[in-house]
Amino acid sequence: MTKRQSKQPVDESRRKFLKYSGAALGGAVVGGVIGGLVGSNLNKSAKEAPTPQESEETPTARDQDYNHALMFFSQEQFQTTEAAAERIYPKDDNGPGAQELGVAFFIDHQMAGAYGFNAREYMSPPFYKAEASQGYQLTFKRRELLALGLDALNEYSEQKHNKKFYKLSPEEQDAVLTAFEKDEVDLKDVPASAFFAMLRNLTIEGAYADPLYGGNRNMDGWRMRNYPGNQMSFTEEIEKEEFIKMEPLSLRDHLQTS
Amino acid sequence: MANKLPKVPVVIVGMGWVGGIIAAELTKAGISVVGLERGKSRSTQDYYHVHDELRYASRYELMQDLSKETVTFRNTEKMRALPMRSYGSFLMGDGVGGAGVHWNGQSYRFLPYDFEIYTKTAERYGKNKIPQDMTIRDWGVTYDQLEPYFVKYEQMAGISGPAELPEHLGKMSKPFPTPPMKTTPAMKLFTDAATKLGLHPYIIPSANLSQDYTNPDGIERAVCQYCGFCERFGCEYGAKADPVVTVLPVAQKSGKFELRTYCNVTEIMHDGKKATGVKYVNTLTGQESVQPADVVVLAGYVFTNVRLLLMSKLGQPYDPKTQKGAVGRNYAYQTNGAGSSVYYEDREFNLAMGAGSLGSCLDDYNGDNFDHGDLKFLHGANIRFTQTGLRPIQYQPAPADGPRWGQAFKQATLHNANRILGISGQGASMPNRYHYLDLDPEYKDSLGLPLIRMTFDFLDHDRELVKFIASKTKEIADQMGGTKTTVNDTIKQYNIVPYQSTHNTGGTIMGADPDTSVVNSYLQMWDAENVFICGASNFPHNGGYNPTSTVGALAYRVAEGIEKYMNKGGSLV
Repeated sequence: MTKRQSKQPVDESRRKFLKYSGAALGGAVVGGVIGGLVGSNLNKSAKEAPTPQESEETPTARDQDYNHALMFFSQEQFQTTEAAAERIYPKDDNGPGAQELGVAFFIDHQMAGAYGFNAREYMSPPFYKAEASQGYQLTFKRRELLALGLDALNEYSEQKHNKKFYKLSPEEQDAVLTAFEKDEVDLKDVPASAFFAMLRNLTIEGAYADPLYGGNRNMDGWRMRNYPGNQMSFTEEIEKEEFIKMEPLSLRDHLQTS
Repeated sequence: MANKLPKVPVVIVGMGWVGGIIAAELTKAGISVVGLERGKSRSTQDYYHVHDELRYASRYELMQDLSKETVTFRNTEKMRALPMRSYGSFLMGDGVGGAGVHWNGQSYRFLPYDFEIYTKTAERYGKNKIPQDMTIRDWGVTYDQLEPYFVKYEQMAGISGPAELPEHLGKMSKPFPTPPMKTTPAMKLFTDAATKLGLHPYIIPSANLSQDYTNPDGIERAVCQYCGFCERFGCEYGAKADPVVTVLPVAQKSGKFELRTYCNVTEIMHDGKKATGVKYVNTLTGQESVQPADVVVLAGYVFTNVRLLLMSKLGQPYDPKTQKGAVGRNYAYQTNGAGSSVYYEDREFNLAMGAGSLGSCLDDYNGDNFDHGDLKFLHGANIRFTQTGLRPIQYQPAPADGPRWGQAFKQATLHNANRILGISGQGASMPNRYHYLDLDPEYKDSLGLPLIRMTFDFLDHDRELVKFIASKTKEIADQMGGTKTTVNDTIKQYNIVPYQSTHNTGGTIMGADPDTSVVNSYLQMWDAENVFICGASNFPHNGGYNPTSTVGALAYRVAEGIEKYMNKGGSLV
């Protein structure tokens, strides 16, 4: 197993790309992004020393993420989401869980935007009961279903254990979530399994989406999977027999600033 | 009040592969063309930040906005059709380039058998082999007739493929213009295993370029970087052939082409015999316009082409009770689901790396390349291993019978992320009397116009095909030197929720019989000689392949047909 631990693989691959393709193309009719690749920051990450904040793995440095604040959730909904997501994607020997990865912030931000409002989905009436083969046919928007589901998690936990969901032991939390997953809960018309499936999917997205969305903190979700993130080229590696570990790159690494 | 515009020679509805090819060919011949596209304009520069799985793959950035228009679906006529409220089974494109932007680039020619499926089946097995309600038919064009147009398409797109293909595929009069893609260790395992079994694997012909390429129109494109972001993404390098980087620049350079974006066509204007033009709505301003034209070309996706004919009351709608009428009949799909997985406890592969059409495949069990005498299905599947680039949100490799969340799930997905190779069959889909498209009686789009309604299900012969193909994938998988193999050999009812394939076909099918087909072999409408309809909606059934090369070939043929028609008029057959 080899490691490619370069600090600037993006620049390497860009140079390679320019060398093998871009230069040959010259004034190409199409492929306009080639011009964009020769950007002002082409060598920036290689030349500039990392700032102290970037290099220090201290809690103080992490707390500087001003994006980690709430756009949609109440404080209690946030705590409930964070606790539930951590059970869906827990911290273990492999690395951080949902809480450390910032998954609850990811979910909060998603619910505040177009996805939470089902903005690009067909939400016109009438609504009829569907066969399973016909997919989601409820009037709930995602943000509504999630908010109701989180309340239901707490209500069910209080009925069973006299505590809010986020105060339960991990084993108790798993049992509550399982009851929702299996539709064994009937609270205020909340379709428990639809809520659970959505929460599960959002948790996985929050663990593995580009960190720009608020989760996958420090790209640690990608690191655990040996996923290289956003690389420009694998031309040199694609035929290699051995598995190649790479330091991942995010979309942030591609941003050109003037 | 609709704004009436000056008449133009040709108006094309939809600016995907078909619209782009026709626009390029006609303008090169000196014919003025107006292209109408309901979505926005595009260029490769839009994809500088395209390596974003959430935005493009999970949130469908490049796809049609379903809040404005979707389809309704039911398995049988006994069910009430309900709208596809969010994406699942298939993904409709939007904007300039259409679905030709977010495709993978796998580029197969349909088999000679496909174009004469009825005749060849009857010849070899007798007519009784064809089940009662299976409405397969010859396409009205043979492989040999279509062959020169395949060549045109492949040269234009720069298809990268092997110098020689197995003998049971259609003969090529001209080899692929660029050599095959690179071979990965996993592709080698598949190929070696298949060869050992006496099968005939080959590298998948690809619209992701294996080397820099200049096509006959002088369009230069760069080599693929194997970055692993093809399907659902646009290509920032222009290495993946799409209309925006191939045919549309040619049309634009001619000075004879006017592209109008944000124009959603709602009606083909006609007098019952010929079309007079189209009506469209500017989706930004709401302004209605009428564009008169000598020739109207429908170049939308399957659903758009059928829906526009039905909304415009042009052609005879298909009625499954009487089997009369042609518009909407022979809707077919892709019979996927057969597959095997090979696990390797002792090694990992670089599965994040890849390209949309990087892989190896075989056709020993596709078309009629094997004896169906004792089998309860017709046709077959292309069996393949692809390395398209696995991404962490959409790929969760945990055992199907294990937990779907929690620590065990997390550990399984992390452990397996680069240890499983999948062999799968892309099954052909046979048409059926009761599978069709019509207008939904209840649900409307954002303009108040009826949605298209799909009635479709998997039938027993589909389940038999999947079972058979799955057993073949298992034989290959077992030869691949893994530590464990698993197989999926079962499909049930068609379910619109999980993603399966964006290879929807039929509805405006081609043929030699005006009563049961919508267009002739030049894709000219039987009921209106100045209307040409082209796309996978022309397919009377779907083969065991990705459809784009065959659609591309048809587009070159229809371009030639339109030119002929403009010179002399009348029916082209």
